[in-house]
Amino acid sequence: MTIDSRFLPRPDAGALLHMTLDGAPITARAGDTLAAAILAASGDASRHSTMGTPRTAYCMMGVCFDCLIEVDGQPNTQACMVAARDGMVLARQNGARGLRKLSSTPAQSNADG
Amino acid sequence: MVLRSSEITIIGGGIVGLSTALGLLQAGLRVTVLNGADGDFRASQGNFGLIWLQGKGADFAPYAAWTREAVARWPEFARALQELSGVDLALQQSGGFEFFTDPDEFTAFAQSLAQQQAHLGPRFSHEMIDGDTLRRLHPEIGPEVVGASFCPLDGHVNPLRLLTALQRAFVTLGGEIRTGAQVVEIAQAQGGGFDLRLKDGTHLGAPRAVLCAGLGSSTLAAQLGFATRVSPQRGELLITEKLGPRLGFLSSTIRQVDEGGLQIGGTKANVGPDDRETLSEINALARHAVTVLPALADVRVVRAWGALRVMTPDGYPVYARSPQHPGAYLVTCHSGVTLASLHASLLADWIEDSAAAPDLEAFDDHRFALSAAA
Ligand SMILES: Cc1cc2nc3c(=O)[nH]c(=O)nc-3n(C[C@H](O)[C@H](O)[C@H](O)COP(=O)(O)OP(=O)(O)OC[C@H]3O[C@@H](n4cnc5c(N)ncnc54)[C@H](O)[C@@H]3O)c2cc1C
Ligand code: FES
Repeated sequence: MTIDSRFLPRPDAGALLHMTLDGAPITARAGDTLAAAILAASGDASRHSTMGTPRTAYCMMGVCFDCLIEVDGQPNTQACMVAARDGMVLARQNGARGLRKLSSTPAQSNADG
Repeated sequence: MVLRSSEITIIGGGIVGLSTALGLLQAGLRVTVLNGADGDFRASQGNFGLIWLQGKGADFAPYAAWTREAVARWPEFARALQELSGVDLALQQSGGFEFFTDPDEFTAFAQSLAQQQAHLGPRFSHEMIDGDTLRRLHPEIGPEVVGASFCPLDGHVNPLRLLTALQRAFVTLGGEIRTGAQVVEIAQAQGGGFDLRLKDGTHLGAPRAVLCAGLGSSTLAAQLGFATRVSPQRGELLITEKLGPRLGFLSSTIRQVDEGGLQIGGTKANVGPDDRETLSEINALARHAVTVLPALADVRVVRAWGALRVMTPDGYPVYARSPQHPGAYLVTCHSGVTLASLHASLLADWIEDSAAAPDLEAFDDHRFALSAAA
């Protein structure tokens, strides 16, 4: 299911920027924050919290941390505090972030092996 | 409602006071806990949550044995406490590492553990693991780690939930906790027992009194004729954002709390009554964590804090009866999380002087009497 956005783009919009969110193209206008671009693109949740509940940007001013997304591979980034740039790769986060080099299944201890 | 007057009053409602209080309550006594001001230094609200044996008492066999007993009693203690309080303590005792980047420190620690092994015999076991072997078991460990010790008996718990659980269990069983009850003076009352003067000017009577006031203990200890003077030692700690993957190990400096964040600690500084965190120490902790686990390099720290350890002059616990004032006891220690399982059980037998009382002579306060007099 896709949920329509309830936000309109700004009338005094700047240059068109192209990014991807979970691989799908989304656009923003120069001067938009990532949170604004995501809200304009979809009314759907932009992440699921560590407790599994759906969230999206709320305060738009860096306070509530509900807008966390992965930006160019960096997890837990506050989307409302980052300006959109052409070519950014965004991803919704599901649950807690991962670690880059640590496998999620730790190596088995085997003293004889 | 008529309050039944208590038979024994615990001064201090941190982990040590509440564990002791819970044990006495379960031994059938009516117990009141007086807890001081919210602004007091409270180690129980800022600690690392380890239930730790390796290294403890290498130079003092009674402490090695006492800690070993505490670790052995934790599973049953946690089970009962969880049932009474409804609080999940997140206890895990599946072994722990201590990581080394300095070969000399690694060698010195190996000697300490050999000494501890000699004190405890078959009740202890440990391994010294060189860096390459360690990385074969845990490839995520960084190349600068030269070795690690491992003790299968080490573990950890969620320390804030331990404090909450102790409070709830104590109250559920009918214990009384008074908050904002700062004792400023304690004196023998005419006709027996003690007269406690609180900061707000009120007086309370107590047939017997156990002093467990952490860093607030020293003045009252002096009034009761004890020689022990505790002093603060600051430890700084970090906590990171929550991580999805589980770390495959526990260590004395990096542990993953059950909610997912990593707690990184603990520095040591003797800086008096100052629990502020410092950028330089936070930096050093973060560097250490990334050295041990290079994958942490881009993980954010979300909180850092300092807390003051309650240190006796030799670092070992004090369990003492006042010779001048029968019915007054002093109970204070570092590692009050680890020792909680004993404070809530055997210590009540010792205070009650029952048949099951452990021999705690080695932890008496007279060991400081000479230095205090000098
Ligand atoms: C950074 C750090 C890391 C630690 N890590 C570990 C660990 O991993 N494992 C472990 O086992 N231990 C650890 N500890 C030690 C452990 O936290 C302490 O041993 C334990 O919390 C001490 O508890 P306490 O009740 O004696 O003191 P506190 O928690 O300080 O409580 C004392 C209480 O007494 C009250 N009080 C003070 N004066 C008065 C007065 N005059 N009248 C009435 N009440 C008064 C205070 O308000 C306070 O509530 C750590 C400590 C620190 C600081
Ligand atoms: S929307 Fe609140 S912090 Fe970004």
